[in-house]
Amino acid sequence: MRDRLIFAGQLLFTLLVAAFLIVPAALSMLAGVTANYFRGISSGFTLQWIVQVWDLYADTIGRSFLIAGATLVVTLLIGIPAAYGLYVRGGRLARAIEEIITLPLAIPGLAIALALLLTYNGFSDFRRSWLFILAGHVVFTLPFMVRSVMAIFSAIDVKTLDESASSLGASPLRRFLDVIVPNARPGILAGSLMVVTLSLGEFNLTWMLHTPLTKTLPVGLADSYASMRLEVASAYTLVFFCMIIPLLIAMQMFATWGEASGVRK
Amino acid sequence: MRLKTFVWLCLLPLAVVVLAFFVLPMVRLMIVGGSGPQGLAAYAAILTEPRYRATLINTVVLAAGTTIVALVVATVAGLFLQRTRFLGRSVLVAMLTFPLAFPGVVVGFMIILLAGRQGLIGDLTLRVLGEKVVFAYTIQGLFLGYLYFSIPRVILTIMAAVEKLDPSLEEAARALGAGPWAVHRDVILPALGPAFVASGAIAFATAMGAFGTAFTLATNIDVLPMLIYTEFTLSANIAISAALSVGLGLVAWAVLALARSFGGNSVAAAG
Repeated sequence: MRDRLIFAGQLLFTLLVAAFLIVPAALSMLAGVTANYFRGISSGFTLQWIVQVWDLYADTIGRSFLIAGATLVVTLLIGIPAAYGLYVRGGRLARAIEEIITLPLAIPGLAIALALLLTYNGFSDFRRSWLFILAGHVVFTLPFMVRSVMAIFSAIDVKTLDESASSLGASPLRRFLDVIVPNARPGILAGSLMVVTLSLGEFNLTWMLHTPLTKTLPVGLADSYASMRLEVASAYTLVFFCMIIPLLIAMQMFATWGEASGVRK
Repeated sequence: MRLKTFVWLCLLPLAVVVLAFFVLPMVRLMIVGGSGPQGLAAYAAILTEPRYRATLINTVVLAAGTTIVALVVATVAGLFLQRTRFLGRSVLVAMLTFPLAFPGVVVGFMIILLAGRQGLIGDLTLRVLGEKVVFAYTIQGLFLGYLYFSIPRVILTIMAAVEKLDPSLEEAARALGAGPWAVHRDVILPALGPAFVASGAIAFATAMGAFGTAFTLATNIDVLPMLIYTEFTLSANIAISAALSVGLGLVAWAVLALARSFGGNSVAAAG
């Protein structure tokens, strides 16, 4: 009897915590398709707010995908070789480099954004283009890619693979392309999902780095929360949820790899 | 091409990008912080200037409060979820970790939907108490927002730590006659100590630096990231805002370094 009470109490508490997290998200999805949120669902469902979001903010949605895609390409091109280099080199220097590239996870985005602004303010073409935001996103997401791939290298004992390929006479580049990269696929995939999800949702850096012509989706969201009616803000948030939920589900499916790499957001 | 050369070539793009877009900018930030009209004194302004000091205290209290409540909530829920198996458990775990991917601004909007003018809490209190309770844009609302993004992070760490607990210790305690409370107090909670420090540090550092949530909710509340933002954009106090953000970065980094020495994960990410 006592055990049942304790169980019921803990379950109720946990359900309340889950409700605190999920109810507002559900409300926002609902509000995004409700004709008049103040009057409630009885006012009927509509897609007019979604259409309005599309009219107002389509460019931010497209730009967010562009930046997330570009961030992914850059972090793949830089991150995979870097993870290999750091893993093979090892030792104190590799650890120090890993330490430095992981710093952007600890330092608030606001500080990094200020630093970028103060450094590149003079380069006005670069400063005004979306490439400036790309630079910020790459710095912020790169450690996830590098660590995710490095974790796979230690999990699958890539050194032995590399040595056997080497003993067969393959050059370092051939070995990297034909042996290392294919074997690192799970880590590359986990890292890629993480990079795209983080880039799509990045606000702290992007808010400081954006210009009126380079707004991304989260920047537009902040805009709509401050100045649009609740239904439009909700519909916009709904669009964002639709973009990241498939990524989250995919990430969950590869969760075992994520845990193996210790990468978590 | 020898392996050594190839390894250096592999590291070269990383070095260029990290130097150009992270290391040099951070150095520049530190230099700018000390080159305003006040010189290096700008770095002390956070403590000497009463308005900045009040903001710092505000932020630390808010972050500490968030950390403590998040730890308590996450420990109760995490122990329960890791120890019991029931129908729908995995759905519940997924629900509790789903908000990890929300940017800080979205978290702020979640609080508006709960405690804003058209929010759920206002609606319920109007019906029950006859008075609409609205607090999204107050310090309580901000606190709720910080809890919102902290709880999932802490729960994950606590659940992982609970999974690694040695059940034989609890069995031994029970065999020696300890009741459930004594087992929790003397065996389980002390064993979770490192996880508390690690996840607490992550929660604290994230709350200290949270910009998105504060940006949405803290229009009238002074917290450090908002102070840095307004000093930079509205007052054009570039040196002070640079010095303040160097200070904020150092605090967040130091707290997380401490967490890692307890075996935690240094990933704080957005908020």
